[in-house]
Amino acid sequence: MSGPMLSVENLGKSFRGLRAVNAVEFQVPRGDIVALIGPNGAGKTTTFNLIAGAFPPSDGRVTLDGADITGLDQARICRAGIGRTFQIVKPFAGLTVEENVMVGALRHDGGDVEKARKAANDILDLLELGDKALQPAQTLTLPDRKRLEVAKALATRPKLLLLDEVMAGLRPVECDRMVAILTGLNKEHGLTILLIEHVMRAVMALSDHVVVLHHGEKIAEGTPAEVTSHPKVLECYLGEDHG
Amino acid sequence: MTAANLLSDRRAILLLGLLAALAAAPLAAGDYALSILITVLLQAYLGMAWNVMMGFAGQFSLGHALYVGLGAYAGGALFAHFGTPPLVGALAGMVVSAVAGSIIGTLGFRFKVMGVYFALLTIAFAEFTRVLFDHWNWVGASSGLFLPVSHSVNDDFWNLRGSATMFYYVILGMAAAAFLFSRALLGRRIGYYWQAIREDQDAADALGIDVFRAKMVAVIISASMTSLGGLFIAFYNNNLYPESIFSMHRSIELMLGTIIGGIGTLFGPILGAVALTALGEALTVIGAHIGIDGVKQIAYGVCLMVILAFRPGGLWPWLRHRLRLDGGRR
Amino acid sequence: MDATFFMNVISAGLLTGLVYGLMALGLSVIFGVMRVVNFAHGDMMVVAMYATYLLYTKLGLQPLAALPLVAGALFVFGYVLQRVLINRFLGVTEHIQFLLLLSVAIIITNVVLMVFGPDARNIQLDASFESYSLGPLVLDKVRVIAAVGAGCVAALLWAFFRYTTTGTAIRACADNPVGARVVGLDVEKLYAVTFGVGSACVGAAGCLLLLLVDVHPHLSSDYTLLGFIIVILGGLGSLGGALLGGVLVGLSEALSGVLIAPSLKTMFSFGLLILVLLLRPQGILGKKP
Repeated sequence: MSGPMLSVENLGKSFRGLRAVNAVEFQVPRGDIVALIGPNGAGKTTTFNLIAGAFPPSDGRVTLDGADITGLDQARICRAGIGRTFQIVKPFAGLTVEENVMVGALRHDGGDVEKARKAANDILDLLELGDKALQPAQTLTLPDRKRLEVAKALATRPKLLLLDEVMAGLRPVECDRMVAILTGLNKEHGLTILLIEHVMRAVMALSDHVVVLHHGEKIAEGTPAEVTSHPKVLECYLGEDHG
Repeated sequence: MTAANLLSDRRAILLLGLLAALAAAPLAAGDYALSILITVLLQAYLGMAWNVMMGFAGQFSLGHALYVGLGAYAGGALFAHFGTPPLVGALAGMVVSAVAGSIIGTLGFRFKVMGVYFALLTIAFAEFTRVLFDHWNWVGASSGLFLPVSHSVNDDFWNLRGSATMFYYVILGMAAAAFLFSRALLGRRIGYYWQAIREDQDAADALGIDVFRAKMVAVIISASMTSLGGLFIAFYNNNLYPESIFSMHRSIELMLGTIIGGIGTLFGPILGAVALTALGEALTVIGAHIGIDGVKQIAYGVCLMVILAFRPGGLWPWLRHRLRLDGGRR
Repeated sequence: MDATFFMNVISAGLLTGLVYGLMALGLSVIFGVMRVVNFAHGDMMVVAMYATYLLYTKLGLQPLAALPLVAGALFVFGYVLQRVLINRFLGVTEHIQFLLLLSVAIIITNVVLMVFGPDARNIQLDASFESYSLGPLVLDKVRVIAAVGAGCVAALLWAFFRYTTTGTAIRACADNPVGARVVGLDVEKLYAVTFGVGSACVGAAGCLLLLLVDVHPHLSSDYTLLGFIIVILGGLGSLGGALLGGVLVGLSEALSGVLIAPSLKTMFSFGLLILVLLLRPQGILGKKP
C-alpha cells in the first residue's frame, strides 16, 4: 500500500459545548517525521488523544495505513499499529525497566516471554537504557523515564509512533541524544513518527513536515523553514513564545 | 553459573527444605500442633488465591468469603445430599464461583466501579449471598449444613473422610500447588499483563492490552482457587453455617496474611499466614496468663498497626532483602 | 394489612432512616474531605451507644441531654485519632488504610467487649411506650424524638460547613488540598477537625439510635456495612445524599421486614446497593468523579 501512514480528516472534538479541536486535517506520509506544534491550549494533546483513542472524536475520520480507526478504543488502536507515549510519563513503577518494555512486546510472538525479553532488551539497547534493564522503573531519572516511555511504545511494534512532548524537561544535551535516537529509528528502521513538541530546536532538527495548531484549528503547515516564516504562525505562536 | 542462577538455587533449596520439613511434620507434631499447621496452610492457600486478584492484578476484593462459601456449600451440599465425591463437588464449586466472579467482574469492570467502590461491591455480593443462604432450606438455612461423618478408621481420600493427618497432607498439597501455580502465572504473559494493569491501567491499555479480559481472568482464577479452600473447610469442619462461612470477618482474615506477608509476592501469603498464626497463638498464651479476655485481640490490633506503620510493603520484601535473596545490592 | 398499617410502617422507616442518615453523614464527611474510608465507623457508633447507656444508667442522664457530651467525646477521639495515627497514612494505598482502620476497629470492639461483656443492653424511657397520633398515623414518641434530633444535628453540620470559617476552610481542603496548603491553611489541623466532626456525627447518631435499638458489641460491623451502603446509595461525600440514602435504607428495611421477613432486610439493602453501584456508581446525589 502506498497512501499516507496516517490521515486525519475534518477531525473535531467538543467538551460540553467547548470546541477543543475543530476541522483539523493533515497527513503523515509513510516514513516521515511530522511535528504538531502550537501554543499552550492549541489542542495538540487533544488531537493526539483523538488519534490514539483516549476518547472518541465528535466528528471526522482517522485512517491508519488505509484502515479506518475512527472511534476505536485505546487498546484496539494500539493493536492496529499506533504506539504512543504520555506527556506525563506512566511507567509501571513496581516493575523493572525490562519488564516495563516486555509488557508491550508480549502481544507478539504468541506471548513467548523469553522472546519478549529479548525484544525488550534490543529496544532498551537502542534507547541506551540497556544497563538499567534490571532496575525498578521507579528508580529512573526523568530523562530515562522519557526514554522508557518511548521504549514501551516501540515494543508494541507500531507502524506509527506518537510522541507527546518527550523532550520536555530534558537538558539540551539529553535533548540532542533523544533527537539522535529518534532520527536513528526513523532512518534505520523506517519508523513513521508524529510528535508534539515545544522544544523548537528538536522540531527543527527532526521534522520533515510541521503542522501548526491554534485555538483548535490548523493555521499552517509545511517544512520547518516554511512554517517558521509563515506570517500567521509568527503572529500567534512565535510571537507569544519568542516575542 | 550466573549470580541469578545461584540466587534462584538458594531460593529453591530454601523452598524444598521447607516443603520437606512440612511433609515430615505429622511424624513429630501432636494433634494440637497439627491443627495449627492446618490453619496456617489453609490461610496461606486462601491468601495465595486472593493474591492473584489483588496482589497480581490490583483488583481489591473485600468479599472473597463469597467464593469460600460457594465452594464449601457446593461440595458440602452435594456430598450431604447425594454422596457426590468431593472431586466432583470441587469442580461444581469452581464453576459456580467462577460464574459468580465473572458476574461481579463484568458488572464492576464494565460499569467502571473502581477502587474502594469495587471493594464495597464485592462485600455487597458476599453479604447478599450470606443472607440468601440463611434462608435456603435445601442447604440447611441458618441452622447449618452437616456432612455425614464416616465411622471407618481408615482414611478415605476420595471422599475426604479421615484423620487430621490426611487433611494436613491435602492442604499441604493444595498450598504447594497454589504456590507453583501462582509462580507459573506470574512468569507468563497474563502475569505481566496483570502487573502492568496493577501499576497503571491506562498505560497498560495504551500498550494494546485487553484490560477487561485480563482482569476477568484474574477474578475467575482467584475465585475458583478460593472455592477449593472453601471445599476443604467444609470437609474438615463437617459443618457449615452461612453466618460464618460467608462472613466479612472471613474475607478480612483471608487477605490479612497476604497483606502482612507482602502483597503481590509469591512467598508473602505463606510468611504472613505463619506470622499471623504465630502472633495469635503467642497472644493466646500470654492472654491466658494475664487472664483477661479480649487482651489478645487488642494486642493483635496493635501489632497489625505496628507492622503497617513500619513494613507497609509487608514482611517478605524486607526479609528477602535481609536474607539477600533478591540479589540485594551490597 | 391495610393502607394505615403501611403508612405506619413507612413513617417508622422514614424516621429511623433519618438517624441512619446522620450516622452515614459521619462517614461521608470524612471520606469527602480526606478520601479515607473509615472502617472503624461502626465501632465508634457502638462506643457512642454504650457511652449513652452508661450516662443514663449511672447518672440518670436522658439520651437527648447526653447527646452533646457523647458527640463532644467522640469529637475529641476522632481529632486525636487523626492527629496521632491516620495522618501518617494519608495517601498510602487503599488496602493499607483499610487495614489500619480495621486494626482500630478490632481494638475498639474488644475494649468494649472487655468493659461491657457480650450481652445486649438497652434503656427504657417513659417515652418508650408513648406514641403520637396524627390522624390515622401512630408514631412512636422515641422514634420522633430520634428523627428530630438527627435532623437538628444534620442542620447544625450543614450550617458549620456553610457559615463558619473553619467549615469553609475544610471545604477548600476537600476541593484542593495543595491549593489549601499554598494559601496557608493548616491542612493537618483541618483534617483532624474533620475527623472529629465526622466522629461527632457518629456519636450523636449512636446516642439517638439507642432510643430505638439494643446495643451489643458485635453490632459494630453491621453498622459499618450499613454506613457504607447508605453513603454509596446517596453518593460518598454528599451530605444530602447521606440523609437520602439513610431514609431509603430505613424504608427498605421497614418494608422488607413486614412484607417478606425481618431477617431478609439486609439482603434488600445490599440489593439496593448493588443496583445503585451499577446504575449510578457515584451515588444518587454524588458528583461524577
